[in-house]
Amino acid sequence: MSETTWIAGIEEQLKGKLNLDATALDLNADIPTLTLKRDNVIAAIALLKDSGFNFLTDLTGIHYPQLKGSELGVIYHLHDMVKNHRLRLKVFVSISDPTVPTLTELFPGANWMERETFDFFGIHFKGHPNLKRILNMDEMNYHPMRKEYQLEDGQREDKDNSMFGR
Amino acid sequence: MATKKQTIEKQVVEVGTEEKVFSTLNLGPTHPATHGIFQNVLKMDGEIIRDAESTVGYIHRAFEKLAEHRSYPQITVLTDRLNYCSSPINNMGWELTVEKLIKAEIPKRVQYMRVIIMELSRIADHIVCNSVIGVDTGAMTGFLYVFQLREHIYEIFEEICGARLTTNIGRIGGFERNWSPKVWAKLDAFLKEFPAALKEFENLLMRNRIFMDRVVNCGPISAEMALSYSFTGPNLRATGVDYDVRVASPYSSYEEFDFKIPVGTNGDTYDRFMVREQEMWESLSIIHQALDKIKKEPADVFHGNVPGFYLPAKQDVYSKMEALIYHFKIVMGELDVPVGEVYNAVEGGNGELGFYLVSDGNRNPYRLHFRRPCFIYYQAYAEMIKGSMLSDAILTMSSLNVIAGELDA
Repeated sequence: MSETTWIAGIEEQLKGKLNLDATALDLNADIPTLTLKRDNVIAAIALLKDSGFNFLTDLTGIHYPQLKGSELGVIYHLHDMVKNHRLRLKVFVSISDPTVPTLTELFPGANWMERETFDFFGIHFKGHPNLKRILNMDEMNYHPMRKEYQLEDGQREDKDNSMFGR
Repeated sequence: MATKKQTIEKQVVEVGTEEKVFSTLNLGPTHPATHGIFQNVLKMDGEIIRDAESTVGYIHRAFEKLAEHRSYPQITVLTDRLNYCSSPINNMGWELTVEKLIKAEIPKRVQYMRVIIMELSRIADHIVCNSVIGVDTGAMTGFLYVFQLREHIYEIFEEICGARLTTNIGRIGGFERNWSPKVWAKLDAFLKEFPAALKEFENLLMRNRIFMDRVVNCGPISAEMALSYSFTGPNLRATGVDYDVRVASPYSSYEEFDFKIPVGTNGDTYDRFMVREQEMWESLSIIHQALDKIKKEPADVFHGNVPGFYLPAKQDVYSKMEALIYHFKIVMGELDVPVGEVYNAVEGGNGELGFYLVSDGNRNPYRLHFRRPCFIYYQAYAEMIKGSMLSDAILTMSSLNVIAGELDA
């Protein structure tokens, strides 16, 4: 399959520059998925950008409360439009220190995507020029997409839980 | 004489060193010229915009959080409310994502039916955008002509699924019922009347000197900048990049269709207008091709064999116990969903509409993220309007086709 050949080349390149462990690459997913360490993110994405992945399709967060020490994740989708290859990158950080370096220097379009991820997951993007809430109101004091928060607004006091079967 | 000259010079120096006074203008949140809830705080130097800051989130409805508490079939109605100018594309994007996760096989006829619906909604979406560009330049007539046609597209949707704007069209696996003869008749009537109306609209605006003076070089963006801001869809194509999800990663048998990807050169309002205009003709040609293909398929197929996801027929639900049980089971979300994650994208009215779905096998998605093209390219808006006139900023926004529902999720 052609997919394995190009991804092998990319893996080789990344391995030479950064110490990737053998389990970092997952070819079973719908898009080849690479799990990176936080310190490597910018170096890896800069390298990938130079080798053709110059389009940031998507950037979002995820929360796994049961994974102790790597509760929060950032998921990047990169696209090489010329060769039509897609790549998914994941970075996991601890909820006690949820900082990930910003991508805004490489992709200006990451600006609002990172703000959205900060807003909903509380992941701090180090070096971001304007990291503040984007879709939720500024007065909100929590990050609602984290799994511990109920669907309904936790800040409201006028709703009695027992009345709603909660 | 000498003293007079001195005083004049002095005045000039004073004017030059005087600090410029900018006025702050709130464009929005509700402004009749912005067609939606958008707030931009502008720093104005007379009529010229020196700085801008966009505030979004006024109609945020927490769709991603809601999706974590809804079963798979119930999420289709959330996607309606993203880009409500072309809801069927969103609905089908979601259905295709779930079908990709469960690896369902969908019959060719259903795929062609979906193509017809998606292209009709693309036309409806582009009609709104292009005719509103006309309205914002002061040409109301074209808008009134083509909105009649959009109405006819909505009548076709209504005939298929009972709804017009927030359609909830189709199901995971296909359509809820076969299309009635009325649908085909309305579709034929639309295909007959649409080319003339679109041509008339083009005659009004396309080479109109007043219109061109107004939109050429208004709100341009370069291809490099558009790519770095992750632009997709007609706005990216207007800059000259021929990226289209229908061609790059075909879904629903788009690889069988013969169509062109129109591209622009300057990425200005006129190019965006022209790309959308041309795409409507291509969509029309795709619908004709789909109609030819559909004739060769068995006429009674309207859904795939997706047990456990596809709802039983309504007459069975009302008369048989098993069907009623299955109906409840599916609606309540007791589904056999595999563990896994998928990213699936469709070419929405505004660009690459992506669904990133993480499933842990439960009745609700573990995480569902919508890649909303509007949200991503709207961040370049403040950059695009800096240095331009206020009235150009209005045109830039309407030609970017920013839809508040998709922007704020």
